[in-house]
Amino acid sequence: MQAGVVPSLRSAWGRTGCGEMQEPEKATFRTKAGLAQMLKGGVIMDVVTPEHAKIAEEAGACAVMALERVPADIRAAGGVARMSDPELILRIMDAVSIPVMAKCRIGHFVEAQVLEALGVDYIDESEVLTPADEAHHIDKQPFKVPFVCGCRDLGEALRRISEGAAMIRTKGEAGTGNVVEAVRHMRQVMDDIRRLQNMPDDELYAEAKRLGAPVELVREVKDLGRLPVVMFTAGGIATPADAAMMMQLGADGVFVGSGIFKSEDPERRARAIVKATTYYNDPSVIAEVSRGLGDAMRGLDVAKLPEQELLATRGW
Amino acid sequence: MEPTVGVLALQGDFAEHLSVLTRLGVPALDVRRRDQLERVAALIMPGGESTTISRLLLQFGLFEPLRERALAGMPVWGTCAGAILLAREVRTLDRPSLGLMDMVVDRNAFGRQIDSFEADVEIEGIGGGPVRAVFIRAPIFTDVGPQARVLGRLADGTVVAVRQGNLLATSFHPELTDDTRVHERFLELAGVRPARGETAVARAGR
Repeated sequence: MQAGVVPSLRSAWGRTGCGEMQEPEKATFRTKAGLAQMLKGGVIMDVVTPEHAKIAEEAGACAVMALERVPADIRAAGGVARMSDPELILRIMDAVSIPVMAKCRIGHFVEAQVLEALGVDYIDESEVLTPADEAHHIDKQPFKVPFVCGCRDLGEALRRISEGAAMIRTKGEAGTGNVVEAVRHMRQVMDDIRRLQNMPDDELYAEAKRLGAPVELVREVKDLGRLPVVMFTAGGIATPADAAMMMQLGADGVFVGSGIFKSEDPERRARAIVKATTYYNDPSVIAEVSRGLGDAMRGLDVAKLPEQELLATRGW
Repeated sequence: MEPTVGVLALQGDFAEHLSVLTRLGVPALDVRRRDQLERVAALIMPGGESTTISRLLLQFGLFEPLRERALAGMPVWGTCAGAILLAREVRTLDRPSLGLMDMVVDRNAFGRQIDSFEADVEIEGIGGGPVRAVFIRAPIFTDVGPQARVLGRLADGTVVAVRQGNLLATSFHPELTDDTRVHERFLELAGVRPARGETAVARAGR
């Protein structure tokens, strides 16, 4: 890993405007990471039709993820899962005024170029789709559109950030309706960060090697006590209490994939999860919004899934 | 006791505003409930999604109390989504705004995320040169009426900062930079004195 070529995020964040007038500049790292900051405290919902997208927006989603099938259906269908039809993505973009994200396969930089050409607001380089490259993730630096990527631990998060990701989500295990992997990955990242905070500076080099991440980013995480970009939770969130628990564990916001539109009453559940995410520290609100929601999605026991069906192990 | 400045914490980048206030040594409170709103002397409405924030304002009974307090003179500053909620009319938002400022807002007026940008903007009443303004899927202000005053424009004349008495609206995000001058200007307007002696100009020079 060439740590020396990684641009310092600190310099990207720290510029101020005193003195001479500077030229306007589009798609800076600050505007890319900044959109993720605007999504904080919110819920990003998977939608497969323009009608779903409107329901999500009306329920208070801060963004939607446009795709042909929710992860639970991708899991059930098998085969190769690819980027969605641009026609569907454009119809969803037309239907709502909130940001629209879309997924491309890990390493499939041309799918990403297509999504950028469509004008989506964020690209999710996602393990939910079948990976296109088993060795390389997309070099995200040259793109004008920002990327969000999944991680299971701090090293994976920092590798994605070094490639240019402006937002991170913990992976969880998508399409299961089972929060156990989301918890595992969030706790792992938080634990890795706490370890760094207690580590003397001269041990950061070896720690960077252990994490497989650039030492500059490792040092920045130590100083900040958190990732240098926004980190959401994902992969298995199905109830308002799931969302609130992930927020209490340190997530900046919540992705809900199959959990809403695979439930009995998506509209009510969507509204309830939005409220539980805002009032994540207020059990009386979580109790109130959880009443009479109908059945949650059925869900899967992750421990009983065969290894080849796990999505979180895709990517490195 | 020092007056507390609230930051509406329903959704968006409220933590960034709270962190600036803390750095300036100002007592700050994240506001999600009515009783919290009653305890603050001034309020910042952060960036975020205006559709999400307006829905939660209504559902948790904060909409009317906030409006009443602003009408009674409480200083309120909205950045981006927060500014959208302050306007008398919002194009392309089918939810009520607070309707407090004499201007019309166009949401996402510069386009989608790939059109988000940074630019230098001179703000009336803020010395030390232009601020580096960060615009993210930003709105613009149009039809600014006689009750309101334009404080800042882009080079092409687009209005991006407006003041009306106790109310301040910026379509950009001062909370995303290290430059605290716009926050200090709002605190001055709110009659709250930052406790930290470090000047913005000295900080910006770092």
